[in-house]
Amino acid sequence: MAQPRVTIVGAGPAGTRAAELLVAAGLHPLLVDEAADNGGQIYRRQPAGFRRPPAALYGTEAGRATALHASFDALRGRIEHWPESLAWNLRDGVLHVLRGERSHALPFDALILATGATDRLIPLPGWTLPGVFTLGGAQIALKAQACAIGRRVAFLGSGPLLYLVAAQYAKAGAEVAAVLDTAPAGARWRALPLMAARPALLAKGAALLARLRRAGVPVHRGVTPLRLCPDASGARLGGIAFRQADGREAVLDCDASGLGWHLRAETQLAGLAGCGFDFDRASRQWLPRIDADGRSEVPGLYMAGDGVRLLGADGAEIAGRLAALAVLRDLGFAPPAGADPAALRRRRQAMDRFRRGLAIAFPWPAQLVAGLPDETLVCRCEAITAGELRRSAGALDAPEVNRAKAFSRVGMGRCQGRMCGLAGAEILAAARGVPVEEVGRLRGQAPVKPLPVAALREEEA
Amino acid sequence: MNPAPPPLLRRLGEAHRRPVAFTLDGQPATALEGDTLLTAILTNASALRLSEFGDGPRAGFCLMGACQDCWVWTEAGTRLRACGTPVTAGLRIMTKEAPWPSLG
Repeated sequence: MAQPRVTIVGAGPAGTRAAELLVAAGLHPLLVDEAADNGGQIYRRQPAGFRRPPAALYGTEAGRATALHASFDALRGRIEHWPESLAWNLRDGVLHVLRGERSHALPFDALILATGATDRLIPLPGWTLPGVFTLGGAQIALKAQACAIGRRVAFLGSGPLLYLVAAQYAKAGAEVAAVLDTAPAGARWRALPLMAARPALLAKGAALLARLRRAGVPVHRGVTPLRLCPDASGARLGGIAFRQADGREAVLDCDASGLGWHLRAETQLAGLAGCGFDFDRASRQWLPRIDADGRSEVPGLYMAGDGVRLLGADGAEIAGRLAALAVLRDLGFAPPAGADPAALRRRRQAMDRFRRGLAIAFPWPAQLVAGLPDETLVCRCEAITAGELRRSAGALDAPEVNRAKAFSRVGMGRCQGRMCGLAGAEILAAARGVPVEEVGRLRGQAPVKPLPVAALREEEA
Repeated sequence: MNPAPPPLLRRLGEAHRRPVAFTLDGQPATALEGDTLLTAILTNASALRLSEFGDGPRAGFCLMGACQDCWVWTEAGTRLRACGTPVTAGLRIMTKEAPWPSLG
């Protein structure tokens, strides 16, 4: 039998585990990834020449990170690895990949999308000021570059990453001004029955809080952020104005801030391929429709990891294995010895309970987003305000996000709505007086990220 | 003339790496081997670029190649995404104004 062409997009936990299993079954997959080295975002490797040990970089997850990196290193030479390569389009069974200065059109027999996630964001007034970064960005600065995003750093948002990054900064010797969590203090207790599905993770969360307390970092729960304020120069962050849970307003002095409310699945390639999507109530976003093993409705297309279900890194490792087993079964290959998809699916079920618990413990403050002032810049790419978006909902009568995009250009800039899309949908829905799922899903366009026109002149197979 | 504002990023270690000399808005600047262009610039300055839409300076945002808010230009008119581009010796970067891009 000829070797089937199996391609994976993304070299994080899901992509790595998928590649490993395909190789064990005798295949030679192509692994395409935008980064210079494997690991994805969560297990991103520091550049050559950096000396910090894994425990300093990954904390409690150091064991998992080094195991994943070792697995990947063992795959070198047994897979075709294209680092620094951008998968920018997917249609009619062909993946288009920019590698170096050239784009390649790659047909496939099976394709696994393991595209990961980015921070889910709220476009607060002042969020474009220098010094304001995403939580993930703040973590990358520390992990991959040994830098703090500022001298006095505040973390604002909600979700486990908020506390993790704050604790990592404190441990690395940065001054952490405060953690500002929009989740009300009591929400965690309501989530306990679901979060009890993963007691070890609950314990890790408690340990993070204890570390922040020991470091003397103030933690404010139930806050309402009002704006990110410029400093005296007007050209960078100087503080965060917020309302405390007791209703009093305060300004936290800081020169940098990491923002994030959980994650947003990176689904643009799935959308371009024509996958069906369903609205996920827990994460209030549209996710590609897949079966229990990661098969999409498009023949030959599979998905795994945070790009399709937001279960975190260990959930992604399981999903990558399940998707690879599905590929092997569908292509008529025997699974490698010891593969146990039923056990993998069971483990993932517990993770899904925990995920639903997290969404209750650290809720997305939809009301806050819906009520952002008209002058707030929603679209960072093209400086378009909430007021302009509301005008497309009202005077121009756009019933859903794609029409509103055509009218207002929110979601049409070069990030294609990665930063503003979910918040934009909340603003539009509130302006229309309908539930957010009724304003639909923002469709992406190829190329999913900007690329030089010259790259398209002679596309190579 | 106002003193230059302090740089945005603060190094917390890994200072043993070899220095890399580059040029920032016509002035000599130093980074470290293994720095991204974003790190190289923001450990010397407080912004990467000006918004094309007139709403002020920007200094990147996501650091993972998703937001496209860290574009910088070389003096020769090449556009680089600062968060994913390693700094190299002799790079000549402009943050104050964008040169016309080369169309060749």
